Amino acid sequence: MRKVAVIGAGMTKFRHRMLETGRELSFEASRAALDSARMDIKNVDSVVLGSAPDAFDGLHMKGEYLLDGAGGSGKPYTRVYVGGGTGVFIPAAAWWHVASGVSDVVLAVGEEKMSPLQPHPQYAFWSIFDQFLERPLGVTLLWIFSLEMRRYMSVYGIKEEDIALVAVKNKGNAMDHPSAQLPMRITVDDVMKSEPICTPVKRLDVSPTSDGAAALVLASEDVARKYTDDPVWITGVGWNVDTTFWTNRDLCYPEYVEKAAMMAYKMAGISNPRKEIDFAEVYDPFDYKELHHMEGLQLAKRGEAPKMTREGITQRDGDLPINPSGGLLGVGNPIAAAGVMKVAELFWQLRGEAGRRQVKKPVHRGLAQAWGDLMQVGTVVIMER
Amino acid sequence: MGRSHAGRNRGDYGEVMGMENPSEPQGTALTPDEWRGKEIFFRNFHTKFTYSWDTGVAIGHFLEALKAGKIVGRSCSGCNRVLVPPRMFCELCFRPTDDWIDVLDTGVVNTFSISYVNNDASRREQPLFVAVINIDGASPGMGFLHLLGEVDAEQIHVGMKVRAKWKPAHERTGAITDISYFKPSEEL
Amino acid sequence: MINKAGIEQYLYASFGPELKFGRWLIVSKAFTDKLVGDIGALLLDDQVAIVGIGYSGFSPATPSQSYKELIFDAASRAYAECSVNPRKDVGSFVCCEEDLWEGTSITDEYAPDQLGAAQRTLCTLSQDGLNGVATAYMHIKSGVASIAVVESHSKLSNVLSQSQVREFALEPYYERPILSDGIPVAAMQMRRFMHDYKVAEEDIAQVVSKNKKNGLFNQRSSYAADVSVEQAMRSPFVWNPLRRIQVAPPADGCVVAVLASAEKARSMTEQPVWIKGIGWNSASTSAESAVSSEALYAKEAAKMAYKIAGVDSPGSYFDFAEVDDTYAFKELQHAEALGIADMGVSKGNTQADAPVPINMSGGSLSLGDLVEAMGLVRLLEAVQRLRNAERKRSKGLKRALVQSWRGIPSSSGAVAVLGVE
Repeated sequence: MRKVAVIGAGMTKFRHRMLETGRELSFEASRAALDSARMDIKNVDSVVLGSAPDAFDGLHMKGEYLLDGAGGSGKPYTRVYVGGGTGVFIPAAAWWHVASGVSDVVLAVGEEKMSPLQPHPQYAFWSIFDQFLERPLGVTLLWIFSLEMRRYMSVYGIKEEDIALVAVKNKGNAMDHPSAQLPMRITVDDVMKSEPICTPVKRLDVSPTSDGAAALVLASEDVARKYTDDPVWITGVGWNVDTTFWTNRDLCYPEYVEKAAMMAYKMAGISNPRKEIDFAEVYDPFDYKELHHMEGLQLAKRGEAPKMTREGITQRDGDLPINPSGGLLGVGNPIAAAGVMKVAELFWQLRGEAGRRQVKKPVHRGLAQAWGDLMQVGTVVIMER
Repeated sequence: MGRSHAGRNRGDYGEVMGMENPSEPQGTALTPDEWRGKEIFFRNFHTKFTYSWDTGVAIGHFLEALKAGKIVGRSCSGCNRVLVPPRMFCELCFRPTDDWIDVLDTGVVNTFSISYVNNDASRREQPLFVAVINIDGASPGMGFLHLLGEVDAEQIHVGMKVRAKWKPAHERTGAITDISYFKPSEEL
Repeated sequence: MINKAGIEQYLYASFGPELKFGRWLIVSKAFTDKLVGDIGALLLDDQVAIVGIGYSGFSPATPSQSYKELIFDAASRAYAECSVNPRKDVGSFVCCEEDLWEGTSITDEYAPDQLGAAQRTLCTLSQDGLNGVATAYMHIKSGVASIAVVESHSKLSNVLSQSQVREFALEPYYERPILSDGIPVAAMQMRRFMHDYKVAEEDIAQVVSKNKKNGLFNQRSSYAADVSVEQAMRSPFVWNPLRRIQVAPPADGCVVAVLASAEKARSMTEQPVWIKGIGWNSASTSAESAVSSEALYAKEAAKMAYKIAGVDSPGSYFDFAEVDDTYAFKELQHAEALGIADMGVSKGNTQADAPVPINMSGGSLSLGDLVEAMGLVRLLEAVQRLRNAERKRSKGLKRALVQSWRGIPSSSGAVAVLGVE
């Protein structure tokens, strides 16, 4: 396989409701990514776009609608789709376009406009459930998260206060992110006292619904060296989907994340992730998810991610910074765009261009991960400089 | 722009000192007043999609059994599991499953939540108790999502034993809601 | 890992894009490309083959099976053909589906189990099945997998709001207020195409008659009929000039294809069908730009696939073609874009004795509209025909062209070049 580099990244603001349409948001992010790579759309061989359910935008075949904004017209264009895992999967898909030799330059775009759906974007999530067994019960996405959080807490004896530390850290980190939707200085007490939604999930445990887009430019080695002295390499990608029957699995541990990570680690030649990964952007739509995923990624032993968080290891100045961007909890969660934002953060951190968000220790290798579907999908990208 | 850590891990990165990405992100946030007050243009569109999904063999038989007041699973002789909800193929062995097995209408709470919101994110007047219930007679850890009733919020716990509360036979339609909810099967 | 791309890179780095021998002889890039291809083929066979293909359904309705059971059926047949155990042998699974055709958001949640893909490398594309083949092809070429599976299906019989779903695909601000279905866009496109290429009603009726009759020889066709040109011309209008009989009617079905690297393929089947080239492309989407007389997406996708396969003159290269005919006029429009028919003689070129016979399977007009599975249906028909010809030792059917289109309002499609040599 050919070596694949990331040579540009860009994103819009993430906000609850934006004036721009999905096409316009896709354009702004794509333009910013191309500008940062000092490229024009005519340099791009193919385009990969990701976006979560069509129900948000109120559009069937949403990928077709968005292609003009994402620079896809007149090009080989593919919309990939693995639920919430889509964002980190988009650069993985762009990676195989280059690695296979089919394309030299690929634009990878993540877009989400959740605000059009009324009365609330959450309503779209009702239709993700089984039409015979679950939808008749009036199920919401929040239920399954809270069920998983409870299982995680109950199996490993974890306290809500420990989980709240993640929200405090990420929303605080987001204070330094120019695109952030929910930057906040809060305390564990604030999280604990926030309004219960589906216990044990409370208001401040959850990321917001958002509009936004983010994009990356990927290139083959020869092209990358022409455009930059400082390419960042994608050295591992992995993805994995577990069985649909989520009520038949023990939700305390994400095996599919472990399998996705193992695929990426094998590709990148990593045998001891805890030592060899310098920092990570871990999927955090809910605060407990960051901990759960750190364990799946083998960055923490089972049930021990809360301890690492408590000890400050996952802070920006810690030994293993997790979500220095501010994550979904702080920057916002336009689903597919949020995953691309995480990979963009790896790019900026590895190049030392993250400004006030730059982690303290020198970093050479970072990992981004997303999760999706019915507690089911793991997607992983590893980047090195 | 505030203090910058740019270039910290590489001394020769001088030209990007002060750079903070993403720089000047685009996008125009709307305030609630701007869109509720219709200060900008909107186009509203209402639609309704109708589907008539084939239940197929596995779920069709499961729903038929619910109407008769029973819970059924399928056995797989490849991995020796009893699968609930039933399927005609085993996802682990990738082979057709073998037999219908009557399982019990009792089980154990695997995990639970207390929901204060509806599926459109509006607040509920009364919270709803939801749980994943491992069904007795199925293989360990196999079960499905349902509601809990006849129980107080403080009493619910992981590991609680429960029993299905069936709707009266004449009200059952062959749906998951033929079970009204699961309730504690032992003194709490 | 050594592959063709690596060899190319090495050769280009060594010689540069243009080979110069001495002062006089300058060899063109095309020659270098060919040289690279030949050396690459000598050093290492990095082709990708279709080694198994299975299907189920192909009926207006499939009430006895859920979509999961339908897929399990097709997958089991595909795996049996090439003795693949999906739980162990397959490196990548690719599913092609759209939420609204399933009635389920994030419908990829329901993809893995019936393919044997639980806790495996599976992904979903909101694309036609032939794009899925392109993705699996890239997975094999990049070393992610040596065996990859592509699945797509239709349960259109379960979608009672097909017209509303098509409406929901239209641009929401200035198209949806005017149009309430995608069909009129097809009708307008047809009018413009007939006008620009001077295509007569009879030419389109000819396509209908040919495909409906061809379908009579295909067990999978639900809508085949002995329809004459005159009968086709009397069919009522849906949206003038589009007549009911010119529209592929909905059908249920599933197709699963197994792809493998050259190394694996030869041990898995005696009849590998090689993917000589693959391409895909999207033109602009909005309805007004879709009303163009030329199928640019098909033209560009073909250009990409032909380049990989080294096809210079498609009109003489291919022995037959399976081309999208969701609407009868599309067959003519696509054939033109693919360079296998001269519009002036379009009537003749779509007949069975034409240089490149099109849709001998009966096409979508006979087999039905299987939404995102359409590309895989075309692929299935081409693969079966190539294999049957080989089995019968009948010469002359060795190279096939397969093309798909995602339907209104898209301008997206894919092209594959298949061969048994």
